[in-house]
Amino acid sequence: MDKLFSFHGGLKLDGHKAESLAGGLRVASLPEQLILPLRQHIGEFNKSLVEVGNRVRKGDAIAANPSLICASVHAPTSGIVSAIGDYPIAHPSGQKDTCIVIDVDGEDEAAEADTIYPAGLPLDELIMHICRSGIVGLGGAAYPTSSKLSRGKWQGVDTLILNGVECEPYITCDDMLMRNNAAEIIRGCGYLQQILAPRSTLIAIEDNKPEAIAAMREALTTSTLDNTEVVPIPTLYPSGGEKQLIQILTGKEVPYGQLAFDIGVLCHNVGTCAAITHALETDQALISRLVTCTGDNIQHPGNWEVLLGTPVSHLVNEAGGYKDSEQVHLVMGGPMMGFALSGDDVPIVKASNCILAMREPVIPRRPGYHDECIRCGKCTEVCPVQLLPQQLYWHARAGAWERTREFHLFECIECGCCSTVCPSRIPLVQYYRTAKSEIRAAHKAQFKSDRARARFESREKRLILKKQQDEERRRQKREALKKKHAKPGDARALPDPVQAALERVRKRKKALREEQS
Amino acid sequence: MTRPLVSSPFVTPGNPLNRLMIQVIVAALPGTAAHAWFFGPGVIVNIVLAILFALAFEGGILKLRAKPVLPQLTDFSAVVTAWLFALCLPAHSPWWLVVVGIGFAMVAGKHLYGGLGFNPFNPAMVGYVVLLISFPREMTSWYLPAAAGGETLSLADSIAYSFGGVDSSQWDALSSATPLDQIKTGVGQNIPIDEIRRSPLFGEFGGKGWEWIAFWWFAGGIYLLATRTIRWQIPVSLLTAVLAMSMLFYLLDPEIHASPLFHLLSGAVVIGAFFIATDPVSAATTDLGRIYYGLMIGALIYVIRAWGGYPDGVAFAVLLANMCVPLIDYYTQPRTYGEK
Repeated sequence: MDKLFSFHGGLKLDGHKAESLAGGLRVASLPEQLILPLRQHIGEFNKSLVEVGNRVRKGDAIAANPSLICASVHAPTSGIVSAIGDYPIAHPSGQKDTCIVIDVDGEDEAAEADTIYPAGLPLDELIMHICRSGIVGLGGAAYPTSSKLSRGKWQGVDTLILNGVECEPYITCDDMLMRNNAAEIIRGCGYLQQILAPRSTLIAIEDNKPEAIAAMREALTTSTLDNTEVVPIPTLYPSGGEKQLIQILTGKEVPYGQLAFDIGVLCHNVGTCAAITHALETDQALISRLVTCTGDNIQHPGNWEVLLGTPVSHLVNEAGGYKDSEQVHLVMGGPMMGFALSGDDVPIVKASNCILAMREPVIPRRPGYHDECIRCGKCTEVCPVQLLPQQLYWHARAGAWERTREFHLFECIECGCCSTVCPSRIPLVQYYRTAKSEIRAAHKAQFKSDRARARFESREKRLILKKQQDEERRRQKREALKKKHAKPGDARALPDPVQAALERVRKRKKALREEQS
Repeated sequence: MTRPLVSSPFVTPGNPLNRLMIQVIVAALPGTAAHAWFFGPGVIVNIVLAILFALAFEGGILKLRAKPVLPQLTDFSAVVTAWLFALCLPAHSPWWLVVVGIGFAMVAGKHLYGGLGFNPFNPAMVGYVVLLISFPREMTSWYLPAAAGGETLSLADSIAYSFGGVDSSQWDALSSATPLDQIKTGVGQNIPIDEIRRSPLFGEFGGKGWEWIAFWWFAGGIYLLATRTIRWQIPVSLLTAVLAMSMLFYLLDPEIHASPLFHLLSGAVVIGAFFIATDPVSAATTDLGRIYYGLMIGALIYVIRAWGGYPDGVAFAVLLANMCVPLIDYYTQPRTYGEK
């Protein structure tokens, strides 16, 4: 790699990574119950494949959908399905969603694994197998990997990027994975190269992780991969954002309204690569992931391999519990882009890379009050997309949605840099999220009303047309009848049968009367 | 364990608003001290009076508007406005002049528009211009600075003067025109600049005393830049415009146009460049827009000084540029990521 590029703005943040790195990597114990949301990815809904009372084994698919933009859910261990219903899930709105609850029996009995020969399989079959294994992007977005792969294969990929940047403070699960399982990641990278045939592959790691860089480099030298390189990049938040990382490595920008595919780039998280290796080599579906459990309210921060569906409270107990259980502020994900959890009863899902327990929320200091924007422009300086957050805020606050779009609201990646530097402590990102959802809702409503109007209009048209056609048909019928009667000659020449009958009756009556008289 | 949901980020945020304001006040200390050194403790009396009344006006109007009073008073924005406003006044001003000016600045200039963040005009300059137009005699009776052979009043006399407790006629003889006044009237009477500058009012480059005040404001400005309280665009472009305009006309005819250094070091150019035009609320907010904004103010200052009806033009230039800010901001949006 000759030259790295830079993106606009960004922030140097306190890493807070040492705490959880010191705790090492451990395997979490089996919880008593697993709660598995049917949908743990971006895309279409899954349908449950099991019923209450069924026994499932480790690796059994329990929810699926035949679509490619979907990822199946598998039983992480053996047990009995005890309930299927709505449970609180990890979601910014604190909402509930359909979950399958498994009462763990502790035997950890596994389903039979098929032997797979990834080298000999057709590429489409490899992608299908990744799809069946329920693999999604483990960096946090949870987009179905198979969908990305099939589109990448179809459109052609020039540069494959493995994202081991992990720029968010506190999170260390990717760092841990790269230190401990570098070989698996590199083998997964090999399968990706097999599918996508990229011209070059770049493995990006922030330079605050020297151990991970060394481990990955070593694993790479012992592998047979060509045109693959480990690239240390400067530590600057948010260089792990897909668009920013592409800009750092290639100097290219993803144009408005397009995706990374469109400029020949495809990004995958390193954790996803390891999951692909497990799926293709040992037929192991995605049933667990590495989770960092840290924060100033956790007794013993560290990283754990956690079964999906494990309640957050179980993981916190593994970490020694809270320091102060009265003042718990839980966040799923990192402090910059994660979201607050309503409680610790929600389950770990495929997207959960970190559980952060803090003593208090930091922004806003005074709930419900913030100073006003003084247009100082510090937000503009740090915005990695080079938006004008202060102008966006002005219009978002006023509800001027059209203006927010003129100021490129939808290019905002919600990285949180602007909120962090704002001297008035305005929760800017929250204003943008609200504006986005309002605009989306308005769009939906507009779409619905447009469709309703279109439907109404086409119905009106159809009715008028039908009326005209009916009339036309009746007219034609009348004419046809007329013609039919007219054909044999003059209509008057023919005696009317009714009249004739009446005439006959009349004649007979007359005759009868004459007889009687 | 159910807690209210708040939105990310969850990190310790940067410097709060009142820290920024305190930094402005710290940066204003050397300039203020120099000002008081040359014009007497009356300067301090003005500042203290202005701050007290600014806080009173702001507190009162926040109460009327049913807004939280304490958080907004402790953001110190009113203190900064009052401070800068008071420095525009002649060192010895009657108390009511301060009240009228700062009252108009806080009530009409700031809160009638919606308070901090919503005022399109720099409130301190609004207050100053109202006084300049309404009370021209009081606003132009500057005293001869100590360095130019003038005398300054003691603190007790200054306070007494301010509240009208003494017969002020004995001191009226001390008042004189500012160097910029002298240049303006002199040039108007076709006196060559060289001759005008022989007056004891003038120092090496600008007015006596004034040039040192400008120097200390400049030092404060550097502090603001170093602490990243302000960005470089506005001061640099403003000073560049003043220098370029004055250089152009000075080269054309030095007989009737003062030198660039004189323009730079006289009147309110330096304090204007670093402390007044950089008021973020009423200034342009894009990087490029700030350059246009600074250039516009710098050019207008020179235009008003050279051809306008007032000897100095910082306040008018700033207010005129304030009007253009929405337009400037709209047309100087940066290219965002991915934009063609």
